Amino acid sequence: MAGFDKVVSSYEEAMAGLENNMTIISGGFGLCGIAENLIAEIKRKGTKGLTMVSNNCGVDDFGLGVLLPNRQIKKIVASYVGENAEFERQMMSGELEVELTPQGTLAEKMRAGGAGIPAFYTATGYGTPVAEGKEEREFNGRHYILEPAITGDFAIVKAWKADRYGNLVFRKTARNFNPLAATAGKITVVEVEEIVEPGELDPDQIHTPGIHVNRLIQGTFEKRIEQRTIRSSVE
Amino acid sequence: MALSREQLAQRVAQELKDGYYVNLGIGIPTLVANYVPSGMEVMLQSENGLLGMGQFPTEEEIDADLINAGKQTVTMATGASVFDSAESFAMIRGGHVDLTVLGAFEVDVNGNIASYMIPGKLIKGMGGAMDLVAGADNIIVTMTHASKHGVSKLLSRCTLPLTGKGCIKKVLTDLAFIEIKEGKFHLLERAPGVSVDEIIQLTEGELVISGEIPEMQF
Repeated sequence: MAGFDKVVSSYEEAMAGLENNMTIISGGFGLCGIAENLIAEIKRKGTKGLTMVSNNCGVDDFGLGVLLPNRQIKKIVASYVGENAEFERQMMSGELEVELTPQGTLAEKMRAGGAGIPAFYTATGYGTPVAEGKEEREFNGRHYILEPAITGDFAIVKAWKADRYGNLVFRKTARNFNPLAATAGKITVVEVEEIVEPGELDPDQIHTPGIHVNRLIQGTFEKRIEQRTIRSSVE
Repeated sequence: MALSREQLAQRVAQELKDGYYVNLGIGIPTLVANYVPSGMEVMLQSENGLLGMGQFPTEEEIDADLINAGKQTVTMATGASVFDSAESFAMIRGGHVDLTVLGAFEVDVNGNIASYMIPGKLIKGMGGAMDLVAGADNIIVTMTHASKHGVSKLLSRCTLPLTGKGCIKKVLTDLAFIEIKEGKFHLLERAPGVSVDEIIQLTEGELVISGEIPEMQF
């Protein structure tokens, strides 16, 4: 690597330095826009005791779900976890700690973490189990709870295109949590479908500036679909 | 007769207005999209990061990068935009969405809603529901009035963990359209052929009946 060139040559290099008991922030919504090859590398490395911050935890054999059979995840911070039998088993037996977090709060925790804001007030979750143990405050007659920001030792991100400097462009709803995760990792690792030379992306169209990206790798993706819903073409 | 799922969706659709930005939850709320009155334009917000959700794709149009909040493959309507999750919930939390429709397990007379968890049985998570109920002013909850065993879901006090506190003002069940105000349920309309007495029987929380209660019109 030289200068602003963020490109690494292997997945091993991309996830180098990941150690047991670290926190990883992950982009993706369901199986859409997940860093599937970076997840596979974490599985290969066998790193344990991980805290994963991710909207979902994949399905049994894809996405973050692949880290469950070898008990690599100690704790997950997520908004919705209902698609995964092994997950449910580990959660019910107490092997896996789950911190259910409202989706918008989760996104804002990442955004705030990456933006140097330690906590924020939100009405979301007031008067619910989510508010337990949190500071409450009233503004203009409405109740809010104080939610701490989240940062990670690593962030794993999937984008569509990047230039070698790590400027990122996402595609359609595969964007989701990815730009937020990208800002919240001490080491942000991004995998993309295509890497171009600096200058080839229109600066006006860049979603995440390269300053947030530490390592970049080009991969090939399965892009599994969770709910394949179609209409007949004759309509 | 209790309303069918389709009739519930049809009745909700009567609450739409031209130019509304609408978030529809999973299940019955999703069906509302099928009953948008002709000549009216509404734009559907999907909280994973899409404003202007279109219909399901054809086999040829399927795109793994384009899904809705139920993780179903969708398309984009003309004039759609995509954005990240923080922007999506800024819209929701900031009160910019005109109408939110979502389901629930229980609702009570104080506008509390329980919809995300049954301790010991079902722990899937709240997804965006807590943000939606906290951020929106205009919410319609769609649900069945009572369980199969006749146990009311319209309560004096919710028994399950709450999704939101004091945030629900309108509930459409398979039997009735109800407004919540001043710590009471108020019966606005009844499903065709359903008597006021039947609704009283299946409503555990205090229900105010004032005057003649009209049947829903379809």
